[in-house]
Amino acid sequence: MTELIIKNACVFDPMQNIHGDIMDIAIRDGRVVESVRNSADVIDAEGFLTLPGGIDSHSHVCGTKVNFGRYMSPEDMRAGRTARRGKMHVTSGYYVPTTYGNSYRYSAMGYTTVLEGAMAPLEARHTHEEFTATPHQDMLANTLFDGNWSIMEAVAKKDEQRAAAIVAWTLAAVKGFAIKLTNPGGTEAWGWGEDITGIRDTVPNFNVTPADIITTMMKANELLRLPHSVHIHCNNLGRPGNFRTTLETFDLVPDLNPNRQTLYATHVQFHAYGGTTWRDINSKASEIAQAVNAKPQIVMDMGQIMFGRTMTMTADGPMEFNLHCLHHNKWSNHDVELETGSGIIPVLYSKKSLVNCVMWAIGLELALFTKNPYQCLLATDNPNGAPFVKYPEIIGLLMSKRYRDEEFSTLHEGTEQRTSIAAIDREMDWNEIAIMTRAGQAKALGIALQGKGHLMPGAEADVAIYPIKCREVDPATEYRKVVEGFQKTRYTIKRGRVVARDGDVIVEGANSTFWVNPSVPDEHNMAHDKEFVKKFEEYYTVQMGNYPVQDVYLPRGRCIGTEADL
Amino acid sequence: MLIKDVVCPFCGCLCDDLDVEVEGDRIIRVDNACTLGSSTMVGDHRLKNPIRRNGTRWEDTTYDAAIEEAAQILLDADRPVLYGWSSTHGEAQSLGVHLAELIGGVIDSTTSVCHGPSILAIQEVGHPGCTLGQVKNRADLIIYWASNPIDAHPRHMSRYTTYATGFFVQDAQHDRKVIVVDTRRTQSADVADEFLKIKPGGDYAVLLALRAIVRGRADVVPAEVAGVSRVQLIRVAEMCKAAKFGAIFFGLGLTMTAGKNKNVRNAIELTDELNRHTKFIISPMRGHWNVYGSNEVFTWMTGYPYAIDFSRGIAFYNPGETTVIDILSRGECDACLVVASDPAAHFPRSCVEHLAKIPVIQIDPHPNATTHICRLQIPGSVAGIDAAGTAYRMDGVPIRMKSIINTGIPNDTEILQKLYNRVREARGE
Ligand code: SF4
Repeated sequence: MTELIIKNACVFDPMQNIHGDIMDIAIRDGRVVESVRNSADVIDAEGFLTLPGGIDSHSHVCGTKVNFGRYMSPEDMRAGRTARRGKMHVTSGYYVPTTYGNSYRYSAMGYTTVLEGAMAPLEARHTHEEFTATPHQDMLANTLFDGNWSIMEAVAKKDEQRAAAIVAWTLAAVKGFAIKLTNPGGTEAWGWGEDITGIRDTVPNFNVTPADIITTMMKANELLRLPHSVHIHCNNLGRPGNFRTTLETFDLVPDLNPNRQTLYATHVQFHAYGGTTWRDINSKASEIAQAVNAKPQIVMDMGQIMFGRTMTMTADGPMEFNLHCLHHNKWSNHDVELETGSGIIPVLYSKKSLVNCVMWAIGLELALFTKNPYQCLLATDNPNGAPFVKYPEIIGLLMSKRYRDEEFSTLHEGTEQRTSIAAIDREMDWNEIAIMTRAGQAKALGIALQGKGHLMPGAEADVAIYPIKCREVDPATEYRKVVEGFQKTRYTIKRGRVVARDGDVIVEGANSTFWVNPSVPDEHNMAHDKEFVKKFEEYYTVQMGNYPVQDVYLPRGRCIGTEADL
Repeated sequence: MLIKDVVCPFCGCLCDDLDVEVEGDRIIRVDNACTLGSSTMVGDHRLKNPIRRNGTRWEDTTYDAAIEEAAQILLDADRPVLYGWSSTHGEAQSLGVHLAELIGGVIDSTTSVCHGPSILAIQEVGHPGCTLGQVKNRADLIIYWASNPIDAHPRHMSRYTTYATGFFVQDAQHDRKVIVVDTRRTQSADVADEFLKIKPGGDYAVLLALRAIVRGRADVVPAEVAGVSRVQLIRVAEMCKAAKFGAIFFGLGLTMTAGKNKNVRNAIELTDELNRHTKFIISPMRGHWNVYGSNEVFTWMTGYPYAIDFSRGIAFYNPGETTVIDILSRGECDACLVVASDPAAHFPRSCVEHLAKIPVIQIDPHPNATTHICRLQIPGSVAGIDAAGTAYRMDGVPIRMKSIINTGIPNDTEILQKLYNRVREARGE
């Protein structure tokens, strides 16, 4: 039995309505408990800000396209190099670091759980291999269904049950966590070098529209009783005027689940553009936030961009090609048979670019206009909007109007007419930040029940203690202390073990991968479905028997079973 | 016993549809594989146990003793190189990286002497690619550029391209066009609709001419480019633009001839250009069954796909300096661990001569040319035959290799883990 007690912690735990109480947190065998014996190890938190471990509900850290981002950019690898030290392996890279680089930096920032935003089922094994080399965070994998032929055929037949059955088989086979739709239908069109321009366009050769796919998948998701909702990257990413597509998509969303949202819309900053071209682009964050304020069944994340160099990578292949034609920088693309596509290009977000300044403002506006912080979570779509190491700065910007104004004064002067960021006075408090980075993330992902995002007895003992005297620091004026404090925890504790101290990882990690296995009645088991099996035999280039990810790839897999309502 | 869906451990096609019949610990029949694949699975002249050189003689030794000796050699070295890795599974490659990091060595794979230049080109301009099933289901135009699948990847055409039935290409023979570009008429050229015979070293010029034509500047192209007529070049460019989905597969004829990475860069830029008219992809034909896997594993662990030097404590990468051939030809390396490859058969003479002077440890199931210059050879089992593990197909699709017979021989991961533990222990960690 290992026991630990954190004393004098200044705790913010929104799910328990704890707002800055000085208290002790008792931990036994990796879980939070009511009390421990006197012989327990003691950590003195000295009144420092103490939060449940950070959760990133949308990040690109592992798998085919992330690794290709590294592969094609040795120039980035030179940027973040650290030597082997203690328990820490060598790391390289700034915007697409190596797996260890990602893991150590997240740990230093107090993050203990990360969701990989896009996993192509056919290449799932790769994602899981990298998960095991990302030792200090528990991992989850969004599984791509946007251009899945079997799904689109079920959608065309309006057969929600069949769509659900295909999702169930696939999630279990690839050890995935949730349904991801990236530019639904658009990735199939990109198989022919085309794209979709709205949710009512017909996908070439499949006689379905993005709206059909989204609607069917939301229902299939609930039929399977999956912990997370459908996780969508809307059509038309990054196009001026695309806020209409986003609002139309939001209009499709019914309220199907009393415990969480029905749709999670990711990196909404990239989907909240007004105007008709890059010349007249402007912010439609307020329209988007209004829609979200009116619909508790939608949760979004910011997709904040921060200035500097980074790499864009997404399953949205056509969008990346368009961006490539705009920037003329190197471009990689990787379409995956019968399933999805992807693209990668480097970008530089510059304060000299009005478009980039507008983008920066939109992300912050989305968060500040959304009334309920449970509905707008903090993320950059790492590394697309910015590498996750910029989160502390984003927290500072959300908490301090003065910091925003200072930044704003350095931007392109056209930003003022195109956005309303300068007029917003709202300053977030510790509790709201805790929601946007922990409680809200856990609730949206449906993993609060797994003991994530809170510190109630029984919770996983994932805790972050930041060197911020949160009762003394005024974030509105002393935002530098906030930014610095969030960059490096005093202690990061994962499942009851101190894994990082003052920015250094001090143990060899042992993460878990959470995956979902929906149990379906036998008549819905796709392994016995002739048409589904035929698809494998004729059109995939791997045998159906070789497709599922073997258990050895998840040495510490944590299966969440669900009983499907089929 | 019949085992289905076995994965072939020979070439980058990584065919996973082999039917293999085994009797006890022997493979007696292989169906579906090409001759290269089946001879790999059936033919087996393995070393039975580790051997070490004692003066001019070989003597048998145990795994433990061999690992101890190997650990000492690596611990004594100032500039060790860990080379090979393309014919072993990913789990072993990953331990190789940890070991190189621990001893401050260099890790490099056979990529260095095959598609290294392709990677350099990709690092400059990217890589529009896809999985092989996209090609099979959609492509109506296939180009084999300086590659000869019939010899080197015998089932590439039947599984993925020329003869493969796909969802949108139901009558492959009729619906697909094939173009072969090479300096000589190969067997693959014989089945092509169009054969471009170019003069040796002319790839760069021909690619440039095609790019010009695709951009609408046929007027700047001379009447003949490296032996190919402008008329034919225009015809080929039109075929490319008219295709609904085109795929270029290139081989060592492009990467290892004059121009090297510049050729590949040019081919990628042609593909990029063609995407402004239709859909086009390009893919290197990777040789060994898991050479691409070594690039993937090295990349997620170190940030670089090959030629990684840990001597400065950090991961340092500079092909031309940290590549195995360059280190050997400078005579720098003072100990070498060779895993699952045969440098003595493929390296330039001066490099092999240097290898012969230094302690070389080989982890390989078979005696080969490198055996003659090594101090110690430790046989491991073979992924896909008697060891399981991960491999990456030439298009990046990861597949699990099966273990179909049990020989009791330890696999490369187990051997390397012991070696790693031993070195760590000796260093007091
Ligand atoms: S084509 Fe390659 S992988 Fe396929 S059977 Fe032949 S040697 Fe094996």
